[in-house]
Amino acid sequence: MSATTRAFRIPVNPAGWDAERIRKDFPALHQEVHGKPLVYLDNAATSQKPQVVIDALTAYYTRDNANVHRGVHVLSERATDAYEGARERIRRHLNAASTREIVFVRQATEAINLVMASFGRTVVGAGDEIVISAIEHHANIVPWQMLCQEKGARLKVLPVDDRGDLIMDEYPRLLGPRTRLVAITQVSNALGTITPIKEIIEVAHRLNIPVLVDGAQAVPHQAVDVRELDCDFYVFSGHKAYGPTGIGVLYGKESWLERMPPYQGGGDMIKMVSFEKTIYNDLPYKFEAGTPHIAGAIGLATALDYLDGLGLDAVGAWEHELLVYGTELLQAVPGLRLIGTARRKAGVLSFVLDGVHAHDLGTILDQHGVAVRAGHHCAMPVMDRFGVPATVRASLGLYNTPGEVEALSSAVRTAQEIFA
Amino acid sequence: MTTELRELYQQVILDHNKKPRNFHVLEGTNRTAEGYNPLCGDQITLYLRLEDGVVKDAAFQGKGCAISKASASMMTAAVIGKPLDEVESLFQRLHTMLTGETGASGDGLGKLAVFAGVREFPSRVKCATLAWHTLHAALCGAAAPVSTE
Repeated sequence: MSATTRAFRIPVNPAGWDAERIRKDFPALHQEVHGKPLVYLDNAATSQKPQVVIDALTAYYTRDNANVHRGVHVLSERATDAYEGARERIRRHLNAASTREIVFVRQATEAINLVMASFGRTVVGAGDEIVISAIEHHANIVPWQMLCQEKGARLKVLPVDDRGDLIMDEYPRLLGPRTRLVAITQVSNALGTITPIKEIIEVAHRLNIPVLVDGAQAVPHQAVDVRELDCDFYVFSGHKAYGPTGIGVLYGKESWLERMPPYQGGGDMIKMVSFEKTIYNDLPYKFEAGTPHIAGAIGLATALDYLDGLGLDAVGAWEHELLVYGTELLQAVPGLRLIGTARRKAGVLSFVLDGVHAHDLGTILDQHGVAVRAGHHCAMPVMDRFGVPATVRASLGLYNTPGEVEALSSAVRTAQEIFA
Repeated sequence: MTTELRELYQQVILDHNKKPRNFHVLEGTNRTAEGYNPLCGDQITLYLRLEDGVVKDAAFQGKGCAISKASASMMTAAVIGKPLDEVESLFQRLHTMLTGETGASGDGLGKLAVFAGVREFPSRVKCATLAWHTLHAALCGAAAPVSTE
């Protein structure tokens, strides 16, 4: 540890937490980039995968590969059992009431587009309103904008304060008789803000307004109980939660999904087809046209097993320790400004540095083996709100260590020296 | 600091980043164009004054990373007083140096050869070429902003 960091409180391991042992589970972490050990701090973009997830994909393609819900043969039965087993695993993880409420999609983005196309096009009309927040990812802005343009509806935006907290005093005033949906993130990808999602849902429900929760940045870091939240829709991506890319989940209350028309047409989503008429399949298959990402679903279920094995409370506690430590280290760098200092925060350190553009900083960090994201993080309205064109974002995962956070801060100081 | 970083952030580039030349709105301009790099938010407005096929004056405004700013600054300095065919040939040489399959060569580029180090950073090539693409657009009279994506 360098002299500059000695004054800081070193993170305390949660009981039974063994970061070095956990790191052994992730093969991609053990490599050098530009001759330096990889320090992977781009977890909000996507996480690395534990060996068990990679093995689950290999095992599926090696032994069980077949199409689901169709074959009378053994492999198809195995594939179907594994795929439906994954659905049950995800139901259990979210504590949904039924697997009928778990729809497999490509990622959170597709889940939101599904709700926009199916729920939105049915329920939203001219003059209606949809409420989002100022800290949404583009995936939870653009689909609603498209819907509003199509229907002549209005998008209303819950503002954010200088720390990155939603201004909840404004919230009730945004809701009214024309509000058809509230769509808000549980954790901001660009700022790390943990929103008061329970309150957001409760207030909307008092007016019988349904709520969609973007859980893409929450699922990897905390336990989620959709029945306790009482949200109407919940979406997340597998790849940010240590699972494969190309698989995500839409949870929807059965009462909504029943009433919603299909999203895409094709095989598997039908019961009977003639040229005159098609009878759609039951939930959740009504929303799963075509051959799904079977291996992805299995891999995601394995990733959730892995996360639960570690315990999400311990994961969250460890990441919080790293966040506190990283915040202290970065705040001690002269000219560094953290963007996003919400009262409740997940493991995101977004910042700008005087005299060094985020893109230059990203390149210099990469040369030190430190992988971060430099840019607008698919949240350009957030960048505008904070008056910066771009930030550098270091985002923490369960396998990160205090030493890696130190490597980040020391590389930031080097960048500052280059541009001095 | 690694050798690659030292090659990328040469003193000349850092200097132009800190004190960009021709960094203002140009009076009497007869060609302008906007350039934008959506990946990192680099944005440039380029002003030119052309007379008889010669760049009489050039200036720019905007915001961006060190590479894009230094590139715009050095480009304006390089093209002032040059006929259009020489400007075009400079762009071609620079482009080849940054993206060509053969080894980087700064032949005929003069001071602009300082950007050779960018070649080792593929994600940054667009930063170095943004100003030049914008120049190209200004000369062709393109109406829509140039985007590197």
